[in-house]
Amino acid sequence: MRDLSSGPGRVLVFVYGVFAVAATGRSLVQLGADADKAPVAYSLSLLAAVIYLVATTCLLLGGRRSWLIAVGACTIELVGVLVVGTLSYADTALFPDKTVWSHFGQGYGFLPLVLPFVGLAWLRATRPATRHTAQRSA
Amino acid sequence: MGAVLVLSAVALLGIAVLLVKDQTAGDPLFALLAVIEVVLLVQLVVGSVQLSGTERDVSGVLFVSYLVGILTALPIGAFWSLAERTRAGTAVLAVAAFTVIALELRLDAIWGGAGA
Repeated sequence: MRDLSSGPGRVLVFVYGVFAVAATGRSLVQLGADADKAPVAYSLSLLAAVIYLVATTCLLLGGRRSWLIAVGACTIELVGVLVVGTLSYADTALFPDKTVWSHFGQGYGFLPLVLPFVGLAWLRATRPATRHTAQRSA
Repeated sequence: MGAVLVLSAVALLGIAVLLVKDQTAGDPLFALLAVIEVVLLVQLVVGSVQLSGTERDVSGVLFVSYLVGILTALPIGAFWSLAERTRAGTAVLAVAAFTVIALELRLDAIWGGAGA
């Protein structure tokens, strides 16, 4: 199995790291400044931040368990950005202020929309050998 | 503000050339990144002083956290890149330089009164 944080993974870890910091910082500032303004949007910001943190950490750690958790994190991220993105267009009242995922990550050059796809593609390329193939190659 | 953007754009261009030629970053590029970092440090000082003197409606906490946050991108990117001297390592520098540009633009927007 290839190292999760080398080669293209190295770039991915850095990008995820940037987003982890950006989303964490933003959600904390938003929740700290005026949480009542858009509680749903701000909570989702915090959720996004946690997801990015988990993904970054798992990519850094590597290993089978991290790989599994990373797949989960990227999947939640994909579902999150799609659902929040759609909702932010459909129900603007729910999102009076912008978050990382609203409008499919428009405020971040749509990178939040692209990132989970890239993440899942990378995880697919680095998936741990299943028991079957491991025996075959042994 | 302008200096950071110009220098970062030059760095980004230089990194793009390296990426195309599949070469790793050498001393000239790291020197340029160091210069940007120094400019960012100056920006932190000047920005903080201007913030304390301005009468504009700028979100102080947000502004300073961006001034400080922007300092972290290049050093972390550089170390993360140096740990793997490959094309991917060089690409990390490109992302770092791009991050500086993005944060600098946000910084300008915040100075103009934008919120979180």
